[in-house]
Amino acid sequence: MEEIIKEVVIDEQEEYTINMGPQHPSTHGVLRLVVSLKGEIVKNIEPHIGYIHRGIEKMCESITYPQIIHLTDRMDYLSAAINNEAVCLAVEKALEVEIPDRIKIIRTIISELTRIQSHQLFWASYGMDMGGQTCFFYGLRDREKVLDIFEETTGGRMIVSYNCPGGLMYDIHPNFQKRVKEFIKYFRGVLWEYDAILSGNVIFRERTIGIGRLKLEDAISYGITGPSGRASGFSCDIRKQEPYSAYDRVKFNEVLYTEGDTYHRYLARIEEMRESMNIIDQLIDNIPEGPYFVKMKPVIKLPEGEYFQRVETARGELDVFIKSDGNKNPYRVKFRSPNFVNLGVLNHISKDFKIADLIAIAGSLDFVIPDIDR
Amino acid sequence: MNSIIQYFKEIIQGVGSLLKGMRVTNRYFFSPGKIVTQKYPNNRKDLVMFERFKGEVVMPHNESNEHKCTGCGICEINCPNGTIEVISKTIITEDGKKKRVIDKHIYRLGMCTFCALCVKTCPSNALAFSQEFEHAVFNRALLIKTLNKPGSQLMKGVE
Repeated sequence: MEEIIKEVVIDEQEEYTINMGPQHPSTHGVLRLVVSLKGEIVKNIEPHIGYIHRGIEKMCESITYPQIIHLTDRMDYLSAAINNEAVCLAVEKALEVEIPDRIKIIRTIISELTRIQSHQLFWASYGMDMGGQTCFFYGLRDREKVLDIFEETTGGRMIVSYNCPGGLMYDIHPNFQKRVKEFIKYFRGVLWEYDAILSGNVIFRERTIGIGRLKLEDAISYGITGPSGRASGFSCDIRKQEPYSAYDRVKFNEVLYTEGDTYHRYLARIEEMRESMNIIDQLIDNIPEGPYFVKMKPVIKLPEGEYFQRVETARGELDVFIKSDGNKNPYRVKFRSPNFVNLGVLNHISKDFKIADLIAIAGSLDFVIPDIDR
Repeated sequence: MNSIIQYFKEIIQGVGSLLKGMRVTNRYFFSPGKIVTQKYPNNRKDLVMFERFKGEVVMPHNESNEHKCTGCGICEINCPNGTIEVISKTIITEDGKKKRVIDKHIYRLGMCTFCALCVKTCPSNALAFSQEFEHAVFNRALLIKTLNKPGSQLMKGVE
């Protein structure tokens, strides 16, 4: 009898593994993390991905270029309009189409609104990950206003499909400028609430400051882009490095911090919302008159060759690579999605922290799982 | 001694930060006019969707049951995932000519991704989006819809 009991006793020095996900609410989707624990301390994380793999890159090979746009919506659904823009810019680069200023400026405004709503949802869900239900309601209250602007102009709320090769699907709605101005005025007035509720909260600060520190060297060698990389001091904003659309004619600051911990990754996103509002402010009154669409051939065929475009989504750098063999379908399409690359650093930065900190760290990298799996 | 003062100072600051957050919540609690929540199923009557809202694809018919669809099949070609199927038939018109008209314009709502390519590319503007958004049904077969109404004809003047 004694011998059996001896076997059951767990050796406290031994590591054991648990599955976090694929149905865990704090992974924001179907991400499965196999976590090795020693007591409460995280020793190793092995992400298992592919639960929502749809083969978007392969699907692109059998459809035409205008049809690819609606698939990119479904990668990083919170930066849908920016993903659309990436493919459109690559196709326009290949065809050497001159895009009028009106289209460029509208695209930039829509992209920045997309960034704002994405960070609003980040703030909302991050507060909820940390145990604050209130944040979710405040975040969604403000996000609703951006979604209404999208709905009025593009017809979609999240899945906008607004850009198309050669311009935009529809012209902006007559109310667009008025509504955007109203929103900016409103949102400037309520952004202090975000700081009052969460940024200054003592429990939140205790749980995030100094947790999951990512050094600048590591951020560069792991290729961490977006607000997560900039919180470590990695100047990686494509809007600054390789301006596309109308970013070369606006003034804005690249939000940079040096600490690189969970709190500053969070703070970088709050500051980016302010910068995005500055960008919109500079453009919203200067939309020139003109067509919203450049006439393209009914069947778009790209000349043979390889085309590449980088854009800055709300989560980092999205690269589109198109190889064409001269047909109406691409020969190969490759997306370099920011979330997939950012996931790689999770094991590195959450080692030797508690399992509760893992939620904080994973939340601060702001994953969108369909973008990881594609 | 210093550490004790620091300890209590931190407690006071911490409680202060929590109260600051609570103040925001309380402000909304005592001013119900600022609440934006909609009581959805009860406000169905006065809930108006935006004009461009992509609810589902419809084929508008006029009073005399006429539509604009010529059955060219461009929407079918442009649809990325085979949502639309145009079944056409050949009829003989009054003056003895053969003419192709649509028999059925089948739209599978369950497969539609609302990319709007069919509506945008239609040469005769026969398709449009409705503002309907309550799509839930109990039987999957109900999601396969025939857009042209029974007995409908091609509008005069549309080629």
